[in-house]
This record gives sequence, structure tokens and C-alpha cells, in this order.
Amino acid sequence: MGLGFDFDLTVIWAGILAFAVFAYVVMDGFDLGIGILFPLLDPGQQRDATMNSVAPVWDGNETWLILGGGGLMAAFPLAYAIILPAVYVPLIAMLLGLVFRGVAFEFRWRTTRQPIWDFAFFAGSVVAAFTQGVVLGAVLQGISVEGRSYSGLWWEWLSPFSLLCGASVVIGYGLLGACWLIYRTENELQDRAYRLAWLFGIGTSVAVVAVSLATPFLEAEYYKRWFSAPGIYVLSPIPLLAGAAALGFFRALSKRAELAPFLLALALFLLSFIGLGVSMFPYLVPGEITIWQAAAPAKSQMFMLVGTAVMVPVIIAYSAYAYWVFRGKVGHEGYH
Amino acid sequence: MFEGISALDLARAQFAFTISFHFIFPAFSIGLASFLAVLEGLWLWTGRDVYLNLFKYWLKIFAIAFAMGVVSGIVMSYQFGTNWSVFSDKAGPVIGPLMAYEVLTAFFLEAGFLGVMLFGMQRVGKKLHFAATCAVAVGTAISAFWIIVVNSWMHTPQGHAFNEVGQFVPLDWWTIIFNPSMPYRLVHTVLGAYLTTALVVGGVAAWHLLKGRRDPEHNTEGARVMFSMAMWMAALVAPLQIVAGHAQGENTLAYQPAKIAAMEGNYKSYPDGAPLTLFGIPDSEAGVVRHAVEIPKLGSWVLKGDMDAPLEGLDAFPRTEWPPVEIVFWTFRVMVGIGVLMLGLGAWSLLARLRGKLFDWPWLHRAALAMGPSGFVAVLCGWVTTEVGRQPYTVYGLMRTADSVSPVGAPAVAASLTAFVLVYFVVFGVGTWFIVKLMGHAPHPGETGVPQGGPTRTAGITPAPGQNPDAVAHPAE
Repeated sequence: MGLGFDFDLTVIWAGILAFAVFAYVVMDGFDLGIGILFPLLDPGQQRDATMNSVAPVWDGNETWLILGGGGLMAAFPLAYAIILPAVYVPLIAMLLGLVFRGVAFEFRWRTTRQPIWDFAFFAGSVVAAFTQGVVLGAVLQGISVEGRSYSGLWWEWLSPFSLLCGASVVIGYGLLGACWLIYRTENELQDRAYRLAWLFGIGTSVAVVAVSLATPFLEAEYYKRWFSAPGIYVLSPIPLLAGAAALGFFRALSKRAELAPFLLALALFLLSFIGLGVSMFPYLVPGEITIWQAAAPAKSQMFMLVGTAVMVPVIIAYSAYAYWVFRGKVGHEGYH
Repeated sequence: MFEGISALDLARAQFAFTISFHFIFPAFSIGLASFLAVLEGLWLWTGRDVYLNLFKYWLKIFAIAFAMGVVSGIVMSYQFGTNWSVFSDKAGPVIGPLMAYEVLTAFFLEAGFLGVMLFGMQRVGKKLHFAATCAVAVGTAISAFWIIVVNSWMHTPQGHAFNEVGQFVPLDWWTIIFNPSMPYRLVHTVLGAYLTTALVVGGVAAWHLLKGRRDPEHNTEGARVMFSMAMWMAALVAPLQIVAGHAQGENTLAYQPAKIAAMEGNYKSYPDGAPLTLFGIPDSEAGVVRHAVEIPKLGSWVLKGDMDAPLEGLDAFPRTEWPPVEIVFWTFRVMVGIGVLMLGLGAWSLLARLRGKLFDWPWLHRAALAMGPSGFVAVLCGWVTTEVGRQPYTVYGLMRTADSVSPVGAPAVAASLTAFVLVYFVVFGVGTWFIVKLMGHAPHPGETGVPQGGPTRTAGITPAPGQNPDAVAHPAE
């Protein structure tokens, strides 16, 4: 522990995990977002085209979630062992939500009861997004730890703040879904996506402001970091850039740009994510467990680093290829 | 509903339930992915349409099975932390990286190319599409490798030390990965997956051949070709599997003798040759197998190659080290029994083939149909045998199951277990129903691929060449 080689490896792993989590948010964000928007689209053509726009890639998107969970266990087993029992209920709900929405991709084409599976796709997506936000909020607000395990009860995660985070993630993913649809569709469906992007864009802005204002008051440490010198000067570009991204986003919407809203929405997510990182670092469990305390032995981290350094670029390359194969606007005529 | 049951028992029930359900799908998709690669390869090589039709026929089934495998697999990657957090903390430094390698080298590969495999035939050309199919098949095999490595290390741990807080710390990754039971377990499991798929394919083919006796609609070339392929697999792989299973048994005897004693139902040790118990009812309270049908000396001969070799029974181990004998005893017998039936089916098919009657013996087809789902029963029983047989440990000899569990209250675990049971039965029940419905149609010429609802077009303003004729000719039902 402390300085030296261990130090570097552990920080590198914190960075890799942050990358995996953000990659997940980028990819599965719009993918879950589409599910969140599903009831706001017309049954039939609109929903079919929407589903088609993610059907070939949703599985790869969700794999980043497995890498996030698996990577946390491998690189920071103690944090994995403390956080997961603490957020037991929302995590189980998330997994079940993902079950419903995942199978809906296959099932809705094969049944005469399509509305049931459309609802499963919607509800599963909402539950998964909401619980991911709840987990984030529960970790941010702090977890009771005793020795090497979680010491709270099974509802400790439940608080107004964690529920606020849950709702925020649902709205934010909805925004990503709407922007994805703008990029991938045309005509009436695209028009509707533009209207939804306005609605969810405003909602997301409100949510980001609300969570950002609430977070510093959760822990004295967060407050000090954000509002006292020198933090306030070093960190002030983050909210300012976020504000700029939001303005740019609404401008791009009014100019009916197709790709820019998606990218600017992602920029807003990235800045919020960096903001979270700033609040948390170097803790994995706020006030209790730092990344160095939770770190797996150097031998474990090094072994994985080799594989990650080789494989992640390869994964990104072939995932990009898969996206490229299915590029362009999805069909909208429908044959029903 | 769950009063008086401890959080530990509930967590065990939950893990057993979720992993058993999950295991069914990979056991099927490992074999099916390879089968699809073989079919597409044969199509490219011979140019015969029947292979393409079979490919498209099984691709639809694969898509459903794979989706169910994915969603039930995500559950597994979080169950370690939610329900077995102490185990995750302690063993995480060793098994975490191995599972991360599974994600990096297998899951992404499968997921990345699955989309191209399912929807991309019109977009990427035949050879690239074949490459995507092979990537998915290879991905399933790599995945099997890593997860078996993890599982085997938990059975025969080596290459580690302990640090001051009691975590397993890796010393030598090569030693950890190539732990003593890994090669045996890997071969036995993968062959099991291949056999499972072969029997499903054979069962579906046999159903259509039987129906085809009255209804020529079902007696298609596709049904005959896949019956022949499936029976070749059964005839060739079933004997190999029995050899592989035997080798794993010897390996288990060397490293987990208490498990072997439970499998054989040997409560007492036999210093001069143990019998082989064919049937009986084990009674752990009394320490005897009631109504036993046994063959003297055969047990020692099978396990040690010497009729008079001594064999330890459960009496050589303290009661606290015993696995639940009854479960292990029965699941082992079911697995072996099915294995012998598979061997018989393979041999029968060879005889029929030799006589040129492969497609004409209805009793052979009835047997193949009856055995269609038997692979699933066998792999589940085999898995229960090995996993229940290593109790009371998670990491054999080093970490007890009772010391591995999360500090989560029984109500939360009971509620989640109930939710998993309800959701899995509904969701996977429906999925299985869709699969069985697809199997009920005979593979026919002009078979369509995965339904996509509308035309999936390439980019730009020229939709026509990129249109997917499958979707046009066969919109979603």
C-alpha cells in the first residue's frame, strides 16, 4: 500500500473501472432509454423501427455491465463485497428488470401478445435504469461498514436522495434514447424523437442540477472539496462546461441537428460522471474504504491489466465494426 | 413461507436455482453455436441449400436460447457479491481476474458478433458472416474454458497463499489456471454440452421423421440431414464422454475422496475391495444403503483398476465433512444412466446406418425423440453431483460455505428467491414454449432467418439492394 508500484496499479484500475462504467452508461444508456420511451411511441412501425435500431447491439452494450461488476470484484474485492450486499434490493430488482427487457427483444416478434412484451420491455428498462440510479445514490450517501463487511440493514439504501438519483437516471437515459432515435430514424418517428428530446432534455437539466446541489450536503468531505479554496477554483470548470453542453444541446435541437444532440447529451453525462468521480475519489465506500484499502494484490491487478490492455482495444474495434455494419437510418415502412 | 430457514440456506437455494436455470442455456448454446458454424461451413463448402436452411432454422432457436442465457448470466455475475460477499472478498483476488478474462475474451466476442450473425447476412457477405458465426462459436468455447477454470480452482485450489486479512492471494497464475481437476472437468463439461445439443437436434429430427410417415410435409431433406448429423455425434461423442467421465472420477478420487464415497454410497471403508452399488436407498442416519443391489469388488476395479484395492468410505471422514449423501448418490446415478442410454442410442443408430435404415426405423426415431431432452437432465445431474459433492466447502478444504455468505437478512433473501423463481418460470417458460413451437415446424427449403419486423436497410438512398428479403417474405408472426 502507499506509494510505489501498488499505488500506480490501483489508480490505473480505478481509471479502467471508471471507463467501463462510463462505457456502460454510454452504450446501455440509450439502449435502456429506448425502452423508457417505448410507451410514448406508436405501437407497430414506430416501435418496430426503434427496436431494430438496437437489436443487433444491445447484447454487447450490456456486456459492459458484466465487466463493471466483474472488474470491481477482481480489482477491488473488498469494495465489491461491501457495496453489493448494501444495495441488495435495488440490484436484484435491476437484474430482474434486465431479464424482462432482454428477452423482450426476441419474444415480442414471436407472439400474438405483443403488448405484453412491449410492456415488459418498457417496465424492465425503467426498473433497470431507476435501480442503477438508486445504487449510485446509495453509494454516494454512504454505507455502514464494520470490519470487512456491510453492517447495515437491507433497506439502508432507501432515502430521498437515492430515489432522486433513480429518477434522474431514468430521465437521463430517456434523453439518450431520444437522441439515439433522432440519429437513427427519419420522418414522423424522428419528429417525435425531437419533441421527446426537448422534454427529456429539460428534465435531465433539472435532474443534474438537483443531484449536484444535493450531493455536497451529504458528506462534509464533499462540501469541502467543492466549495472551499482551492477546490472551488479548480473544479468550477466542470459545472460551467456542463452548462455550456446543455445550452449547446438545446441549440442543436432547435437547428434539428441529427448527431450533435446525442454527442452533447453524452458530454453532459461525462461531465456529471467526472463530477461524481471528483466527489468520491479516492473512496469507493465514502468515508470508509479507499481504493487502496479495497485493492486486490498487485499480482491480481497486474495479471488482469495485461489482458485488459490487449483486449479492450480489440473489443472496441470489433464493437465499432458491429455498429458500422448496422449504420444508417433504420427502416420505417413496416410490413405489418 | 420461509420461517425457520436460515439466510444461508436461502442463499444456497437461490444460487442453486439461478445457476441451474442459467446452466441449461449455455449447455445448449455451446453445442448449438458449433453446430451452426459447421452448418454454415458445409453450406459454403458444398453449396447445398439444405445446410443453409438448417442454419437458418436453428439460428432462430439459437437467438432465443442465447438471449435467455445472457440475461440469466448477468444475474450470476452479481450473485457472488449480493449473496456471497465474504467469499467474494476472500477469493476475489484469485477468481475475480479469471472471470474478468472470461468477460474480456469471450462475452464481448460473442455479443459483438452475435448481431452480425443474427441480422447481418445481407450486409456483410457470406465469408464475413461465416467468420462472425465462428467468432460466436469460439466465444462460447472460451467462455466455457474460463468458467471451468474458476470452478475447478474452487474444487482443487492451488497456486495461492493467504495474506494477513485472510484473502486468497495468487502466487502463480499458471498453477492456478491449470489446477489438477481443470482439464478433466473442461473436457467432460464441453462434451456434455455437445451431446446435449446433438440429442436435441436428433430429437427434433426424429419428431419430424415420425410425423413424416403420415404427413410428407414433415419428411424433409433437412430433417433427414440433421438426424444423420445428430446420430453421428451421439455415436462418436457418447463413448468419448464415458471415458472422460471415468477420468474425472479418478481425478475426484485423488482430490475429493469424500465426494466419491458419497457418489458410490460407501458409508464404510473397504480395505480389500469395494463393491459397486447399482441401486439402493442411502440412509445417512443409519449409515447404510438400504435395498442395495451391488456387484462385489467392481467399485475398486472401476476406480482403481484393482479388484482388491482398498477404498475409503465416509466413515474415514468426520461427519461435519460429509456432503449431502442422498442427493449426490441419486444425481450421479441419473447422469450415468442417461450416459449409458446415449451410448445405446448411438450404437443403435450405427446399426441402422449400416443396414441403410437410418430414416426407416420408427422405434429408433421414438427413442431419439424420448432422449431429446435427456442431455439437459444429465448435465444438471452431473453439475449437482460435483457441486453438492464438494459441500460443506466453497473452496475445497479451505473455505466453508457457511463462512462465505453475505450479511444480508433472511427476509431480503427470501423475497429475492421468490422473485427469481416466479420470474424465471414465467420468462423462461415462455421462451421455451417459443423454442418448442419453432421446433414443431419442419425445416423446409426457403427457410427464413431471424424475424426483424421491417426491412433493415443499408445506409443511403438506395434501399432496394439492402432490403432483407427474409423480413419481407416472412414478417413477424
